[in-house]
Amino acid sequence: MALQIADVAKHYGPVRANDGVTFTVQPGTMHGLVGENGAGKSTIVGIISGNRQPDAGTITLDGTVLDMAGPRDGLAAGIGLLHQDPMVLGPLTVLENFLLGGAGGLRLDPADGRRRLAAVTEQLGFDLDPDTVVRTLTVGERQQLEIARLLDAGARVLILDEPTTAISADQRELLFAALRHLAADGLSVIYVTHKLEELAQLCQRVTVMRAGRVVGEADLPIPDAELVEMMFGGAPPPHTRVVTDPGAPLLTVDALDADDGTVAVSGVDVTVHAGEVVGLAGMEGSGQRTILQAAAGMLTPSAGAVTLVGREGDALPVRRLSGARRRAEGVELLPADRLAEGLIPGLSIAEHATLAGSVPRPGGWRGWLTDDAAARTVAERFIDTFRIKARPESAPEELSGGNQQRVLLSLIADDARLVLMEHPTRGLDLESAEWVWRQLGDRVEAGAGIMFASSDVDELLERADRILVCFAGRVIAELSGEAATAEALGYLIGGRDPEEAG
Amino acid sequence: MGTVGRTVGPVVVALAMLVGLLVLADAPPLEAMRLLVSGSLGSGTKIADTLVVWVPLAMAAASLAVTFTAGLWNIGVEGQIIAGGIGAAWASRTVGGPAVVVLVAAVLAGVLAGAAWGVLTGVLKTRGGVNEIFAGVGLNFAATGLAIYLIIGPWARPGVASTSGTELFREAAWLPTLAGYRIAPIALVLAVVAVVGVWGLLRGTRFGLRLRAVGANPVAAARLGVAVERTTLSAFAIGGGLAGLAGAMQVNGLHHKLVPAISGGYGFLGILLVLLAAYKVLPAATLAVFFAAVGVGASQLELRLDLDSALAGVFTSLLVLLVLLGRGLAESFRGRRAVGPSPLEDVT
Repeated sequence: MALQIADVAKHYGPVRANDGVTFTVQPGTMHGLVGENGAGKSTIVGIISGNRQPDAGTITLDGTVLDMAGPRDGLAAGIGLLHQDPMVLGPLTVLENFLLGGAGGLRLDPADGRRRLAAVTEQLGFDLDPDTVVRTLTVGERQQLEIARLLDAGARVLILDEPTTAISADQRELLFAALRHLAADGLSVIYVTHKLEELAQLCQRVTVMRAGRVVGEADLPIPDAELVEMMFGGAPPPHTRVVTDPGAPLLTVDALDADDGTVAVSGVDVTVHAGEVVGLAGMEGSGQRTILQAAAGMLTPSAGAVTLVGREGDALPVRRLSGARRRAEGVELLPADRLAEGLIPGLSIAEHATLAGSVPRPGGWRGWLTDDAAARTVAERFIDTFRIKARPESAPEELSGGNQQRVLLSLIADDARLVLMEHPTRGLDLESAEWVWRQLGDRVEAGAGIMFASSDVDELLERADRILVCFAGRVIAELSGEAATAEALGYLIGGRDPEEAG
Repeated sequence: MGTVGRTVGPVVVALAMLVGLLVLADAPPLEAMRLLVSGSLGSGTKIADTLVVWVPLAMAAASLAVTFTAGLWNIGVEGQIIAGGIGAAWASRTVGGPAVVVLVAAVLAGVLAGAAWGVLTGVLKTRGGVNEIFAGVGLNFAATGLAIYLIIGPWARPGVASTSGTELFREAAWLPTLAGYRIAPIALVLAVVAVVGVWGLLRGTRFGLRLRAVGANPVAAARLGVAVERTTLSAFAIGGGLAGLAGAMQVNGLHHKLVPAISGGYGFLGILLVLLAAYKVLPAATLAVFFAAVGVGASQLELRLDLDSALAGVFTSLLVLLVLLGRGLAESFRGRRAVGPSPLEDVT
């Protein structure tokens, strides 16, 4: 069945998220949708799936113009959207989640549901235990469950929005195999991504978006350079790596045992030196987040010590420091979930600047007051320097993920000494990612130490001076950034020894 | 439906339902309405009586605006008012000397007792992991219990063990009232100061900004260097202190003795007010005038029409429910049309 998107427009305030978007997805094909951040990809897939309502334009499936007021209507029409991190209900089991929102009347029929779940997962080649509690599943498994649910509910067009950002290599292969199988059965798949290699592996046709418009369409494969040209209107600048000699130790993690409630780590030793970038590699949930949280003093280790060398050269136990003192010592943590853990909904960028101490504080009683004009000036400077698409009075929930990350970066104190980051460029396009790292590079040159976790092997190889590989809550290997290869890193992330596997 | 429609609409519906209730109760609706208005605003005395009720309501609203901003459901506000009343009664009974000394001591003792009761709720939350709603409900019972114990126990009138209250304080401990009226001007001034002070605190100070940050996202606030526990406890201290002030006004300005029903539900009514005003202190204090007027006017219904004065509570509660319902409906209506504060664009 052909899916036609015709002249779709959508604006949020003055921002035209979609402007006359038109393309057609042929039945039985995998159709790629690419574009940089803010190109309007999520908006258009939201509209196609009924999650958002367009200001103008139509979605036509098999010659019928669809009128959708919500995702239920989208699914009823046969269009299913798989979110990046599927929203499933944690405390329920796989089977219960599968039955939710499915067809059928008031009465749940677990036996029938079990049969249907088994049938769908077998068809897709997934291995899901119906009685597992969903909370314990990985992101990849939750995606599998959600795909099964969407297909069972009658989806004939499946939309995937950046499905591979947070899943393991094995799960990715499984997903791709299932998608190829579905396309062979006549389903249409819309695949949103920035990863050009995935496009080449999966899709037959690609639509390229930029600034809310369709700027190109092509049959695949085509050379990457042409795609990049279409996406950015020019090739992104080549990456140059500045290697600096590491200075004195800044942060020492010694025989750390810690548990953040989800992942426990044990026996972790890490030292971060001034002017050094340390990368934490590993599959999601291997302990990188726990290490970063402990390093930032956000959780109490059950054993071992995390010691920061203070500005005065004194050894400080990180956990004992108050939040204000920690920031005064120049420790910054940039979390993965920018809106949930990093920024404060409802507070403007100017207010964030005041809160983060970026607005100079006058002495005397005036120091107790906020200074709206001064905060605005600082926020305008941030917006300018960090090229944030926002106004000083914008609240973070109004911004795109990339712009939220820029706000977080702008709030790092000028004299920061240790920057801890989870997925610093997740969800950012190549150009923005490059730009973020250039900002971070300036910090490193100024003598700051950086420790970051990433699931992007290329990012680790390109940016880190040293890479620590986490597996099942332990650091199982340490590689120098120059000596490491993608292949070796891939084996280690999977918990295998590259020498033996060779 | 505009802002005016959303505000006026529920009032009209609530009035219509009230009229329906009156008809059901066999009472003349128009006469009842007239009595409500004349009973609360009809004369200088009536207006003063309305202001007497407005004082604790406004103080409770100011108290709750602080704690709500910090993301706290301070159900314990009622207990904090009672604790403030007990503190003020203690000072009034023990401190000697001229009126100025006694009254300053009583007000300070009331504020401190309320703040202590609030901080106790806060410590139970931050250190004991007890949700402030449960801690507040528990401490409300404790405060009521303590007040009754004092009234029939240590502070009982000689020879009488009655829950009607302690002996009247000596007159030095009475807040001076306007001649012929029940309202104490000092209480009125303090209520206005409390409301305006909280407005300024939340709007223009760094502390107010920290309160908002902790209320909206404590994890991110901590990451940005805000001392979350200290901010939470400060919110409870300020909120409790303002509630305690309300208690002191009830004891020294109105009853002139400790009675079991020091608050009589002003704290809970304050919660409704602040919810109704979307957590903003100035609108809440303004609405409090209306609530106070309805409450005072309703006593006329009982006297003249033989209706229970609980009708006032029915009306104000109906109004709150309808406004909240209207807000919820408006939001879901907006949601369907997909306008309003949705993200500019998502991560793609």
